[in-house]
Amino acid sequence: MPDQVLYAMEAGLNGLMAGVMYALVALGFVLIFKASGIFNYAQGVLALFAALTLVGFQDGQIPFAHLINAIFGTELHNFGWTLPAFVAIVLAAAVMVLLAMVIERYVLKHLVNQPPIILFMATIGMAYFLEGLGDIMWGADIKKLDVGIPQGINDTIESVTDSLLGYGFFIDNLDIVASVVAALLVISLTLFSQYSKQGRALRAVADDHQAALSVGISLRFIWVLVWSIAGFVALVAGIMWGSKSGVQFSLSLIALKALPVLMLGGFTSIPGAIVGGLIIGMGEKLFEFFVGPMIGGATENWFAYVLALLFLVFRPQGLFGERIIERV
Amino acid sequence: MLYREAGDFKTTYAADSQTFPIRFDRFAYWSLLVVAFLVVPFVINDYWANAVFVPFLIYAIAALGLNILTGYCGQVSLGTGGFMAVGAYACYKLMTAFPEVSILIHVLLAGGVTAAVGVVFGLPSLRIKGFYLAVATLAAQFFLVWLFNKVPWFYNYSASGQISAPERSVLGHAVTGAQTTAPAKYLFCLAILFALAWLARNLTRGTVGRKWMAIRDMDIAAEIIGVNPLTTKLSAFAISSFYIGVAGALFFSVYLGAVEVGEAFGIQKSFLILFMIIIGGLGSIFGSFAGAAFMVLLPVFLKNVLVGHLGWATDLAAHVELMIVGALIVIFLIAEPHGMAQLWRLAKEKLRLWPFPH
Repeated sequence: MPDQVLYAMEAGLNGLMAGVMYALVALGFVLIFKASGIFNYAQGVLALFAALTLVGFQDGQIPFAHLINAIFGTELHNFGWTLPAFVAIVLAAAVMVLLAMVIERYVLKHLVNQPPIILFMATIGMAYFLEGLGDIMWGADIKKLDVGIPQGINDTIESVTDSLLGYGFFIDNLDIVASVVAALLVISLTLFSQYSKQGRALRAVADDHQAALSVGISLRFIWVLVWSIAGFVALVAGIMWGSKSGVQFSLSLIALKALPVLMLGGFTSIPGAIVGGLIIGMGEKLFEFFVGPMIGGATENWFAYVLALLFLVFRPQGLFGERIIERV
Repeated sequence: MLYREAGDFKTTYAADSQTFPIRFDRFAYWSLLVVAFLVVPFVINDYWANAVFVPFLIYAIAALGLNILTGYCGQVSLGTGGFMAVGAYACYKLMTAFPEVSILIHVLLAGGVTAAVGVVFGLPSLRIKGFYLAVATLAAQFFLVWLFNKVPWFYNYSASGQISAPERSVLGHAVTGAQTTAPAKYLFCLAILFALAWLARNLTRGTVGRKWMAIRDMDIAAEIIGVNPLTTKLSAFAISSFYIGVAGALFFSVYLGAVEVGEAFGIQKSFLILFMIIIGGLGSIFGSFAGAAFMVLLPVFLKNVLVGHLGWATDLAAHVELMIVGALIVIFLIAEPHGMAQLWRLAKEKLRLWPFPH
């Protein structure tokens, strides 16, 4: 096979892997949108916050050390111990559940019955708040996250493709782990929402708030549950992205990349988030590969949005979204 | 007592539809104008002009523009930063290509160019609604910023990739470049803002504005009663983009002087202006001003208190500021989804009745 085709195949494969990462963030969006009709802009910042908290626990940082030092003139930084990755992950998940409760108690409860656009803007406000909070709690410097996920080139794939095609593909181990985790997450979430009691309650709430209330489903509990799950998904996304490129502010920007993924897949479909992620991931890598050099490169910044925009003009509800029916 | 009309004595339509029906309001409006045009220019210094007044005036123009689109016509846009960049680069290209033409014309033409770009990116709004449209406008934001970064023609092949405004003057006073004085900058922006605000106020209460509001409240119903969604939505995009383009042109030429596109017109700018109209009040001219003033003054205030008085590090202060802005937005949305303009409206209602409860 000519080299050009092989390179393109490699770019496409890497794109698929990147798409899985986008899909991980998009998944959190879909969960919340399905259950409460809220378009949660803060999902990306949740991932950043979760990753910051995880690193903070692992390294034994003192929360708010920066602020305390500034107010009281002390020189606090670390507790002086480090936690194993597993314990830190459990603790970070607990923090995310706590955060879900706080959000429900202090924000969502007061915004019931508001138009969706108001809720959307409230989540933008929350995103800003959480971003500031994360920075104040754990410091804004770029942190290294290492929970023991293998990284670097996968030798097996390289040697196999080398012997078959005469060119070894470069696929990162981390991306493979991420794909497996994403697949597990989607399967377990689908099982949960289809077959468990809470999952059924969740779908009932998504369908109609009032009807769900009238058959005795606690709206508030469901919301806490959904936001906790979204927080957990954010933690997973935060771990993957954090291991890949360090825990830093730009992590919250992947939320923006998840938006076109959602639009392609449809806001209400969990498989749609995955498929959308794969299409966007592969599309932008291939576009950059073929067209990028001709028009100056760095097309990844906007390709996803323009693709989603063009796509929406022809199919406004996305690939798997529910058909939009409007009545006067 | 003062703040009340003494009965309904209107005999003409003009009197019935005037902007400020209460005499006290008219008095306040005219005295505010007198102070803004005749007093402030004589006392303003460089710090106040650069830290407070000029950014406020420019952001107020941008907020007016976004409010027309989002507050009046109901089309949420996250592409404001990108459209401001169009205004800035159009102004730069015009300034360098036709140095003999007045900067005022360049600024307005830059607004016109932005309006055309806005219409192009507004076309999908006929098919896409709500969040989908908000995300679609992100395409404008990222694509435009990328375009101005990558195509050297836009920044005249300068080595740094920046654009910087050459010196231009209006009526013999420099308004751009290094020689500019604080009053000149201030008055130039103020005059444009005044004209545009006057236009916006009168557009929004006329036929055009009513059509926008009909589309906002329910587009299908509006279509049934004979509002054409194509012209209405696109006119909202065009006029909104015109305002935002003028704001971008002023932001670049008068306020900053030299800009790097990703830094000055990034996604953060889009959110900043969106916050202005949320906090100020969606669908309100006064709200655009209040929101712009609030979002300009808050960082200045916090910086003075936290860094100046408490002696905190600037990065810590910046994070506290993020938290406060975020919390304020949530609080505003919970307490008063219609923003400061609604508080003002309620206060006026109360004043009209005072001292009686009903």
